[in-house]
Amino acid sequence: MKFTLSWLKEHLATDATLQEIVNSLIGIGLEVEDVIDRAEKLAPFKVAKVKKAEKHPNADRLSVCLVETAEGDVQVVCGAPNARTGMTGIFVHPGTHIPGTGIDLERGVIRGVESNGMLVSERELMISDDHEGIIDLPDHFPVGTPAAVALGLDDPMIYIKVTPNRPDALGVRGIARDLAAKGIGTLVPLETRSVQPSFKSPLDVELRFERSDAAPCPLFIGRYFKGVGNAPSPAWLKQRLTAIGLRPISALVDITNYITITYNRPLHVFDADKLDGPVHARLAEEGEQILALDGRTYTLDSTMTVIADAKGAQGIAGIIGGENTSCTPQTVNVFLEVALFDPLRTAATGRKLGINSDARYRFERGVDPAFVAPGAEIASRMILDLCGGEASDLVVAGAAPDWRRSYTLRKSRVKSLAGIDVPIPEQKRILAALGFDVAEAVAGFSCKVPSWRPDIQGEPDLVEEVCRIVGLDNIPPQPLARPHAVARPVLSSLQKKTIVARRRLAARGLSEAVTWSFLPASHAAMFAGGKRNDALILANPISSELTDMRPSLVPNLLAAASRNYARGFDSIALFEVGEVYAGDRPQDEALRAAGLRRGPNHERHWLSRQRPVDVFDAKADALAVLEACGAPVQSLQVAAEAPDWLHPGRAGTIRLGPKNPLAVFGEVHPLVLEAFELRGPAVAFEITLSSIPVSRSKSSARAAFNASDLMPVSRDFAFVVDETVAADRILKAVRGADKSMIGDATIFDVFAGGTFPPGKKSVAVAVTLQPRDRTLTDAEIETISQKIISEVARATGATLRS
Amino acid sequence: MNTTNQSLETEILSAIAAAPDEASLEQLRIASLGKKGSISEQMKTLAALEPEERRTLGAELNQLKSKVALAIAEKKRALGRVSLEQRLKQEGSDVTLPARTEVLGSIHPVSHTWEEVVQIWGDLGFAVAEGPHIEDDFHNFGALNMPPEHPARQEHDTFYFNEKADGTRMVLRTHTSPVQIRTMLSSKPPIRIIAPGRTFRCDSDQTHTPMFHQIEGLMIDEQTHLGHLKWVLSEFCKAFFELDQVKMRFRASHFPFTEPSMEVDINCSWEGGQVKIGQGDSWLEILGSGMVHPNVLKAGGIDPDRYQGWAFGMGLDRIAMLKYGIPDLRAFFEADLRWLRHYGFSAIDVPTLAGGLS
Repeated sequence: MKFTLSWLKEHLATDATLQEIVNSLIGIGLEVEDVIDRAEKLAPFKVAKVKKAEKHPNADRLSVCLVETAEGDVQVVCGAPNARTGMTGIFVHPGTHIPGTGIDLERGVIRGVESNGMLVSERELMISDDHEGIIDLPDHFPVGTPAAVALGLDDPMIYIKVTPNRPDALGVRGIARDLAAKGIGTLVPLETRSVQPSFKSPLDVELRFERSDAAPCPLFIGRYFKGVGNAPSPAWLKQRLTAIGLRPISALVDITNYITITYNRPLHVFDADKLDGPVHARLAEEGEQILALDGRTYTLDSTMTVIADAKGAQGIAGIIGGENTSCTPQTVNVFLEVALFDPLRTAATGRKLGINSDARYRFERGVDPAFVAPGAEIASRMILDLCGGEASDLVVAGAAPDWRRSYTLRKSRVKSLAGIDVPIPEQKRILAALGFDVAEAVAGFSCKVPSWRPDIQGEPDLVEEVCRIVGLDNIPPQPLARPHAVARPVLSSLQKKTIVARRRLAARGLSEAVTWSFLPASHAAMFAGGKRNDALILANPISSELTDMRPSLVPNLLAAASRNYARGFDSIALFEVGEVYAGDRPQDEALRAAGLRRGPNHERHWLSRQRPVDVFDAKADALAVLEACGAPVQSLQVAAEAPDWLHPGRAGTIRLGPKNPLAVFGEVHPLVLEAFELRGPAVAFEITLSSIPVSRSKSSARAAFNASDLMPVSRDFAFVVDETVAADRILKAVRGADKSMIGDATIFDVFAGGTFPPGKKSVAVAVTLQPRDRTLTDAEIETISQKIISEVARATGATLRS
Repeated sequence: MNTTNQSLETEILSAIAAAPDEASLEQLRIASLGKKGSISEQMKTLAALEPEERRTLGAELNQLKSKVALAIAEKKRALGRVSLEQRLKQEGSDVTLPARTEVLGSIHPVSHTWEEVVQIWGDLGFAVAEGPHIEDDFHNFGALNMPPEHPARQEHDTFYFNEKADGTRMVLRTHTSPVQIRTMLSSKPPIRIIAPGRTFRCDSDQTHTPMFHQIEGLMIDEQTHLGHLKWVLSEFCKAFFELDQVKMRFRASHFPFTEPSMEVDINCSWEGGQVKIGQGDSWLEILGSGMVHPNVLKAGGIDPDRYQGWAFGMGLDRIAMLKYGIPDLRAFFEADLRWLRHYGFSAIDVPTLAGGLS
């Protein structure tokens, strides 16, 4: 919403400065986006008189002018064809920035003649595109008058952002009312005098709707004017409209724009001679077409309201008028339309047709239902004043819907809801100034809501009205009570896991990324078993690359790795902790942690040989996170199973029991790497954090420390097994051989190939025996060793390597 | 002393003193103290002597034995020190060479900011609530006092999923406010929660990304009012931006889900395109807030005649940008390793109230 200071002052009698007005607007909820004070920008430009203009001695198209300025006479070389002796123009001295050219004016010598300033055109001041000649002003402006004053541009423009609940603030008068309530001046009384009709309208208005309760247009008022002259508007009106960015067209059209902006009361003028029969509001025919004022033809449907005559639709109700019945400079008879249209229907129509107009903007937010006839009268007076002619009686169809309602504001409620003491008389004064009809009631005071405030729907709205006018800055801050003297933990188990997983992975050298929750269709399918999930496809994606919700964190990490690789990174380690989607129900969202490593394990270093990352890097990452998140690491099982985006032979699943997979890890499938244009090797893991069971132990006490004083005994075994035997099974057999004695068993070597028989491998295991009450004898150690060998042989068919 | 023994002692001790290395020292030891060594040979002669003489000579020989053993041990230590010194003179490393490096990872600024915010609100007794990103119309709009065709809906640039058979369609939550509704429906007042998380709007330009992070706050009880909200917001800003004082401006505004509503600005200065919070006379909008609308309380199953409360919402990425001077929102989600390392945080840099947040 844009308006000018003088426009506002037509409705607000005030001595307040622009800054005071701006600050008040901000505080009361009419956020000021911008203030354009052209007087300030144009300050160096002043009225000057051309005392003498002569042809330049060395150039046909130039003239040499002697200019009388406020600072004395100066000589100027001028290229404008309209420069002449005796004219009044706008002059500027050298050293000034010229807005229209973007350069600083310098003293110069043009074709041998000195030039000490410039007479400017409108384009050079950026007030219009006119560059035909220099500004030619009426003679009565004294030399030295600021250009902004002489040009009528000394009226600051204020641009406010109006929240959708405040249609009343889409009119200058509504803004003035708010400011008056705030104490910035007084609201100028509204001139409500009606026009004396001199004839009966030859055109009638009708509402043609089958169902009266649908109310697409509850009230339609018209008035016929004859013998008008539709000349350009007077300068003051043109200046108003120009100042807020509207193009003056003709007096009749400008009047409708002026009333729209001043009173939030859009209206429309038809060339009455182009109308055929009663003007009526009805729903459009399916497929009905109309050529609108914007020069485009729109095809309508039966949900849209039109203003029509016998020939068809002549306007899209509340949105835009029709070209065929528009007013032109030749118009002599006019029909004025002032109506109420259903906000929702207007909004839906405007959206469907893609038309944004000042009228639509206002009708969809709500115009004052009690201001239809008054609006018509104000417009009528203005038409008669500016265009002459005679006015008919008002023709009326329908009635305004009942807008009357009232709410009780309890006397304690401002204090209890907003936390501020506002004296009751002041509360009443504010509400009355805003147009509420305030009366004492049993429980407080009852407030009849003014017709222009559709947003007021209950007591809290009344509290808001009081405190926004009093000023929210004046509400005293009130400390919150602490629920506990020392704060208690607030995070859930999963939230703690999220933090721990992140910090564990960062400690392991991976950098955390936050990537989109969306991805391209092809990636979605690749990571969801080959098929996109219909429930996760956006109906209105922002780009063809962001169409589906991600089924996994890995694809976006791969894409990120690919981008970083393209930027020259060789060794890449990224992770993300975030949500993935398996469907559109809340329970289909899962929190995961995933990581991706690509290339050598580290940058080149003189001490450490590089090696390519492999599946065991990903496994280590996964296990580190699982352990940090409290998963029972001893009970986890690793199976050689993996989703199809991983290498079928170099990937695994970490499970807690057969039905609870917690994580997958492995080398990324070569075809997936190819799809992401990423050169391998690359390994990845993905953990479902929400599947990790919550530790049940509530006690902070640890188990008793029970370390033996006896030296542990270490024995190494090298087993020969079939290559297909999982190492895990050997370890399990070793540990199971004597649970009380075997403290630890680790694999320290795996060997195959070379001179070794094909299909076989050697797995070397270091076993630690921990005696508990006395030192083991050689015979006892030998017994346990034999048990280990036979247990491993039984479980895996292994033999001891000779 | 017996002259034989006397000369033996002189001979052996001078040989020890002259021994050039451990090997010759060992030879000397064998030659003197060994089974067939010179002292041992003298010992053997004792058996043939008279008891008196044997005792005297025996004692002398034993003394000599000890002396020689001590001399050998001392000489051995001295030789060892010399050889160690020689070895150390030869050993050396160029200690200016780089040490073994560890690859360091980093925590994303949004995650770090999440933890900072949780520290502050956790201290005030606010739990962290979460909700799904894919929401239904009720939780994202209807329950928040935004019925269908509400003009505010148009401003949300909502991402929609395809229409289902029953005519409904799911949306990507446009704000974290649906978590308010879910919290109200699943718990009873008093309620103190914050709800940080991902939000989505179909909007992308210099300052907007289709996905971003918000943090929502909700407090419901029988008495809490705008004064409490103002206090807690200014305390939050001081704690988060780690400033003793910030100036805040509270402006009336409108949100469908709050009444009264206010937008909050914080003072800042602009120097060379960089914003500095807590100094200067410019204002920067940082959040929207207000008293929860009675219709929202009702939708959340809470009696608006008994309970009241406030809610606020702000951009998590935005406050991270302001605090850490990060200029471009879009870079947050591009996963450029250079950016992640530059703006990221160390794994051990855990924000705490006791130790400081940033």
